[in-house]
Amino acid sequence: MANPALARSGSVTSAASNDAVVQVREICKNYGDVEALRGINLEFERGKLTTLLGPSGCGKTTLLKIIAGLVPATSGEICVNGHAVTGPGPERAFVFQDFALMPWATVLRNVGFGLELKRVPAAERDRTARRYIEQVGLAGFEQKYPHELSGGMRQRVGIARAFAVNADVLLLDEPFSAVDEQNRRKFQEDLLRLVELEKKTFIFVTHSIEEAVYVSDRIVLLSPRPGRVSQVIDPMIDRSASPDDIRRDAGYLDVVEEIWQGLRQYAE
Amino acid sequence: MTLFGTRVPMMASLLFWLLVWEIVGRLDVMFLIPPFTSIVSAGFELVQTGSWQSASMITLRSFLYGMTLAITVGVPLGVLMGRFKVIDNIFGLWVNMFVSAPLSALVPILMILFGMGETTVVVTVFLFAVWIIVLDARAGVMQVPTSLIEMGRSYGASRWTIFTKIILLSALPEILAGIRIGLIRGVKGVVIGQILVSIIGYGELFELYSRSFDMERFWALTMLLFAAAMLLSAGVEHFEKRIEYYAGAR
Ligand SMILES: Nc1ncnc2c1ncn2[C@@H]1O[C@H](COP(=O)(O)OP(=O)(O)OP(=O)(O)O)[C@@H](O)[C@H]1O
Ligand SMILES: [Mg+2]
Repeated sequence: MANPALARSGSVTSAASNDAVVQVREICKNYGDVEALRGINLEFERGKLTTLLGPSGCGKTTLLKIIAGLVPATSGEICVNGHAVTGPGPERAFVFQDFALMPWATVLRNVGFGLELKRVPAAERDRTARRYIEQVGLAGFEQKYPHELSGGMRQRVGIARAFAVNADVLLLDEPFSAVDEQNRRKFQEDLLRLVELEKKTFIFVTHSIEEAVYVSDRIVLLSPRPGRVSQVIDPMIDRSASPDDIRRDAGYLDVVEEIWQGLRQYAE
Repeated sequence: MTLFGTRVPMMASLLFWLLVWEIVGRLDVMFLIPPFTSIVSAGFELVQTGSWQSASMITLRSFLYGMTLAITVGVPLGVLMGRFKVIDNIFGLWVNMFVSAPLSALVPILMILFGMGETTVVVTVFLFAVWIIVLDARAGVMQVPTSLIEMGRSYGASRWTIFTKIILLSALPEILAGIRIGLIRGVKGVVIGQILVSIIGYGELFELYSRSFDMERFWALTMLLFAAAMLLSAGVEHFEKRIEYYAGAR
């Protein structure tokens, strides 16, 4: 099958590239008797969006939280900017599937919370928070409380909070899973714009193959438990075309099909 | 409520029963039930007497001491139980036992321990109120979403900051609900304590009125207490509503 839009990295444990911001080395994770991850080796480059894709329970969230320093690995090592990870750090920010907003705080305070914890002075914190609130399209909602917002808007708050701390690495765990289909597409386009704009390293988890192909520079397919890297795919989508054209593009559809074939063996 | 096809306001039923009371009272069927109007006028007289005023002061003081103690002990204990398994194991059984125990039965023992005075009443208020405060604070702390704590950690919050800025605030609606129920139980505690000790505050007055068959004043005092308890509960509920806007939404 010759597909011009599909370039597969031959070896999963490819040699270290120069621009790897996050390096995952031989990560294994056991929860008691449950072996969640086995021997994960990956690298994530600056300015690129990498998606972790795989069947439910294969350890995507676990891997993301290990990179975030929220969950300790059983063995193996994570390096961010060359330093080994021992816990959470300011160069990484996490976007939660359930938003993790503080219900008693306004949008402004929620977005500025990362800065508040860093003891950034209030005036500067508010200025930064307002800028990112505007960037995610929530201008005018600064004084609203989370329960006054729709699910999609709440996740925008979560994303703005992650951007406001100016981390190098953004970890997003199924950020759009609680968002309806129309908003989801809008989100995907906004996300691409932010990747373009912010030259950060994005590690993204999703269940949707289409979403993964649409937004990713690289897709990592994980096998069912214990999670291992089964395939790495670089979709190479030409993003200069309009969103609708991309979704109709033959190359795009071929990658979707390719991944579907890859995952189908696990579904059966 | 509708009657013969016309809407009758809720207050109408209260008025109806008061009317029945008044008629029964005037018929003089039982000395226990004086006419309602004379209870009301006895009530007006009562609140002007020095004995009622000083009894009220004593009652209020015992209540406030007991409640302060219950809140300052109950909230921290509940929070600690919610955070630390060890502490939960040590106290869990006792708290759950006492929260539903008939505590009035303990008051005679308290009288032996603390004497026939105000201390016993304060301890009674404390014992009536504290357990539910502990349990609700514990429940509030335990239901804090893990993702909210992980959020704090991922943005570099220390354990103490997570505790003060996330856990306590997140548990606040439950803590307040516990305090509200605690306050109502505390009112029961102060009345039961005083009646059993029967030489201080309202207990002394109740004792006096029932012994001298002064049913007007007896009822007037009872109704004042009912009204005070309802007002207190309504007040706390009002305060809670201002906090609660986020409790339902998380
Ligand atoms: N705290 C935990 N304790 C015990 N087992 C856990 C824990 N967290 C996850 N697991 C187990 O580890 C495995 C991987 O979980 P994880 O949440 O990482 O999967 P996932 O790929 O994110 O799944 P999903 O797509 O459903 O979100 C699962 O089998 C899960 O049951
Ligand atoms: Mg998950």
